[in-house]
Amino acid sequence: MKAQRFHVSHTTTYRYRSTVAVGHHLLRLTPRRLPRQLRLEHAIELDPPPADTSRHFDYFGNEVQFVTLEGAHRQLRVTARSEVAVGPAYLPDPAETPAWEAVAQACISDHSLATLEAAEFRFGSPLVAIDPAFARYAAPCFPPGRPLLAAVLDLTAQIHRDFQFDTQATTIATPPARVLELRRGVCQDFAHVEIACLRALGLPARYVSGYLETVPPPGQAKLLGADASHAWIACFCPGLGWVDVDPTNNLLPSLQHITLGWGRDYADVVPIHGVLAGGGEHTLEVAVDVVCRGPVETEPGL
Amino acid sequence: MHEVAATPVSGVHRSFPGDPRSPAEVFDEAFAAPGVPRETYGTVVGFLADLGDAELDVRANDVRRILREHGVTCARPHGPRSDEDQPWELDLLPLVLSAAEWTAIEAGLLQRAGLFNRLLSDLYGRQRLIRDGLIPAPLVQANPAYLRACQAVRVPFDQRLQFYAADLGRSPDGRWWVLADLTQAPGGLGFALENRSVLSRVLPEALAAAQPRPLTTVLRAHRTALERLAPPSDRPPAIALLTPGPEDEAYFEHAYLARLQGYTLVEGGDLTVRGRRVLLKTLEGLRGLDVLLRQVDDELCDPLELKPDSPTGVPGLVEAARAGHIALANALGTGLLEGPAFLAFLPGLCRHVLGEELRLPSVATWWCGQARERRHVLDHLHDVALRPAFVPVTGTGSESDAGAVHAGQIESVEATPHAWVGQERVTLSHLPVRTPTGWASRPVVLRVFVVFDGQEYRVMPGGLARVVDAPRLSTVRLPLAVGTKDVWVLSDSAAWDSPVTVAPSRAGQPPASSDLPSRTADALFWLGRYAERLEQLVRLLRSLVHQLAGDPSGAGRRRLASLAGFLRQLGVLPDAPGAVGSADSLGRDVFQVLYQRERPAGVRDLLDRIHRTAFAARDRLSADTWRLLNGLETDARPGAGPLPLVRAGVVLNRLVLGLAALSGMENENMTRGHGWRFFSLGRRTERALAVARQLETLLRFGAPFELLLDPLLEIADSTLTYRQQYAFEPALAGVLQLLLREPGNPRSLAFQLAAIATHSHALPAAANPAGLRHVQEKAVALSGQLPSLRPACSAEWHDAQASDPQLPDHLAAIGRALAEFSDLLTRLFFSHVGPRTD
Repeated sequence: MKAQRFHVSHTTTYRYRSTVAVGHHLLRLTPRRLPRQLRLEHAIELDPPPADTSRHFDYFGNEVQFVTLEGAHRQLRVTARSEVAVGPAYLPDPAETPAWEAVAQACISDHSLATLEAAEFRFGSPLVAIDPAFARYAAPCFPPGRPLLAAVLDLTAQIHRDFQFDTQATTIATPPARVLELRRGVCQDFAHVEIACLRALGLPARYVSGYLETVPPPGQAKLLGADASHAWIACFCPGLGWVDVDPTNNLLPSLQHITLGWGRDYADVVPIHGVLAGGGEHTLEVAVDVVCRGPVETEPGL
Repeated sequence: MHEVAATPVSGVHRSFPGDPRSPAEVFDEAFAAPGVPRETYGTVVGFLADLGDAELDVRANDVRRILREHGVTCARPHGPRSDEDQPWELDLLPLVLSAAEWTAIEAGLLQRAGLFNRLLSDLYGRQRLIRDGLIPAPLVQANPAYLRACQAVRVPFDQRLQFYAADLGRSPDGRWWVLADLTQAPGGLGFALENRSVLSRVLPEALAAAQPRPLTTVLRAHRTALERLAPPSDRPPAIALLTPGPEDEAYFEHAYLARLQGYTLVEGGDLTVRGRRVLLKTLEGLRGLDVLLRQVDDELCDPLELKPDSPTGVPGLVEAARAGHIALANALGTGLLEGPAFLAFLPGLCRHVLGEELRLPSVATWWCGQARERRHVLDHLHDVALRPAFVPVTGTGSESDAGAVHAGQIESVEATPHAWVGQERVTLSHLPVRTPTGWASRPVVLRVFVVFDGQEYRVMPGGLARVVDAPRLSTVRLPLAVGTKDVWVLSDSAAWDSPVTVAPSRAGQPPASSDLPSRTADALFWLGRYAERLEQLVRLLRSLVHQLAGDPSGAGRRRLASLAGFLRQLGVLPDAPGAVGSADSLGRDVFQVLYQRERPAGVRDLLDRIHRTAFAARDRLSADTWRLLNGLETDARPGAGPLPLVRAGVVLNRLVLGLAALSGMENENMTRGHGWRFFSLGRRTERALAVARQLETLLRFGAPFELLLDPLLEIADSTLTYRQQYAFEPALAGVLQLLLREPGNPRSLAFQLAAIATHSHALPAAANPAGLRHVQEKAVALSGQLPSLRPACSAEWHDAQASDPQLPDHLAAIGRALAEFSDLLTRLFFSHVGPRTD
């Protein structure tokens, strides 16, 4: 498989009911550089333009842009344009991965840097609390001794089977426990549910924010989550590292998923988070375009 | 050691009446045996016992009075207040520590502060202690107090911990144990200083005899140490103290410390981040800040990067710290160490990091993230308190009662063992406390304070002792304590404290804080308005009470009816349609306005507003002003027993005098800065509104006027002036002239409008010159609106025809213009739109 080149344009427009005097925003709109993801071009444009801007890497290594808007404004448009090349993911043989209990145990006893860092993702986080209900839901997929990835794929299929994609059923504020009862939601909810399942079993899981190419290849079904940001998860296999899993589409992301960044849950990777002086209520409009420009000559990464 | 004999002197049993005795199983701080004070307590126990009960009552009352006058409170001023409020209790008997005992405590605290600073550097840096297995990773990774946004944010001199406090308790064997460490924004220092200052006034003889070490020496280094943290700049470092605001229970001490140390007292809304720098919104525009002494909890400091929706924070503060443009004391994230889980690992960490044994033990703690420890905790739930591992014990962390651990908790421990600890239940030492029914023995917790002086940590020789109700609680939040005590550390030689070497200030003598935050100016403006509003109300009520108590004849009744109607038109008295009402029902109305808290714009309501606005500006008010304001509260109390009208008169007279004293304070004692200007503007605006309103009402509804002219002059405190200027009985023309146009009468509308115009030309311009011009034009236009009067031609010239029939409308228009002026001022100087998260 050849690497694919994508153009992503992500435009967010806020319209405020009253004038905003000062606004501070954190933008997490910059695709992350990865062994199998090259960032060829990238620019973020703001209208009105910011008075001040600076960049840093956050705790999880995502690039963050801090912007300050001064001067009265009633509308803010943030446009991120990125050109990336994505190479194929290495998809390990699930049967070859270690037993899931061994992974949970390693997270407690193994003090190697990689495991220490990964183990951080097995604790409760701002939006995903540890809840035994999720352990019960996941239990059928995790019989004793089962290889981790086999169990995770099974769980992913179970979530895909049990939960219905429904943009009306939940909001950003719906807790995963409620989603588990509703059995409905969007990609963000499914990601949180699967993360909650893995963590309840003592396994590390992280939340991945990004985009999805939505034009279906000939003969294949159209993937859900069209024309919007997408979210999926990654689970940790000692020795292999992190393996991406998409519960919304029941697959292992490879050439159609573009990664923005990751964290413990959505709260760590909110694309635009702002605090305003003034503004009152606002409306929000998001437009995402992902265009595949075809295979690239230089294969990134692998 | 102090040379006081441990044995009773001259055979006299020098103990307290009733022999307050601790339960046998606890350590008694004051008495070695019944009736035998410990050596350290000999002086003070003897002194207090010799005073006798009657004198002790007097001194205890003195303590209460001073605390009330100083407005010492750890309660929320916005909650329902009651007359029985005892805001802060200070017991006469201090907690006394010998020099030797103190040396051990001091060494233990210095070691702990140093250790904690090293731990914080590592945990917010390379985290070697985790990789080396000395700190289990979950203590940090699963800890909500670990601020990931602050990881790798650099801190001046790598010194994250500038202030530190610990709560100590003494076990039955006489050893001191650390119950909790306060590493982010420890409170209580201001209260401790206040306690000492009160006790030194009430028990000067005892302090002179015992010579406890002075507290303030350590504070001298406080400011210099903070200045050192400031980023390089060519101007003197600007330091502010960030408080959550008057809603916070410790607001008293925030204002106290700010005033004591010369820091600008600010709330989150006073600050804004521009160009990654923290700026203070002052009346004169935005001013840069270099160092922020924050008394706001870690996660509430920045709604952008920390906890969203926290109104006390400053959006962008973390980014400003990341850029190195602001230094925070303590650094953000230092609350990480407040969870009790760390206590379990301190001995090993101390050996590893410092190569020493931990000097001061912590209360025995088992972290449930370890299998063996978890087993121990679950097997001993009767002796061990189950607590959240990462919630500071000083906070609201729940504690399981012996035998009351429910199944849900056990399940929770099994599901997330790393989030729980077991802690040994501590039996605290006891100390006698004077209660209304005599001396009683009560458990005590000692809070001690450590300050970094720029080179090393220093422990304040003293602290804050809190008397608690529950003997088995290991520690309590401040408001839960039933009382406090001063803490005396005795000196083992006559030598004074060795002077603190203060590193030279970078910019010479620091200037006193002169920046007036806009919010404070706003509070002072409204303080002026409410104080004046109260004065007007009280004067109106008093005129009615005089009339009620006066002439019961027909003429008297007519005057009373006229005045009552006037007050109803003004909205001072509740509407009584039809009849004027009997003297009895009028009396009831007066009581209602005077005493009922629920009555809007009544005396109680206005006093609450005065208290609130004064509280919000209290670092700008002198101790005497504060005493006066607190005196008003006392003055307004009805006192015991029935409420005859004569008592209302007394209360109103006291209030008039108290308010007059406040005006005097404003005129004679306040520096002519912007703070004074806004206070005065508030008063002038309110008084102008009142005069315009009263005269308008008089002209519209007051006929026949002659019945009201006397009371009106009395209300305006202008009776004497009138008599001096006009040799005849009050007539409408003369009264109008005096109250509207007389420029020399400080009660006249002309006087108020002229003062408003003068003030508005002295307002700072930097923030918004165009807006200021607008305010000034408005003020000048107001003066121009002053109605002209036809010249009074004779003494009898007093009926309605003689005055301008347009005058009432004219006065109403002035009232509207004044309200617009007030709004304009508010918009220009005080408009703060609260931050909002999207």
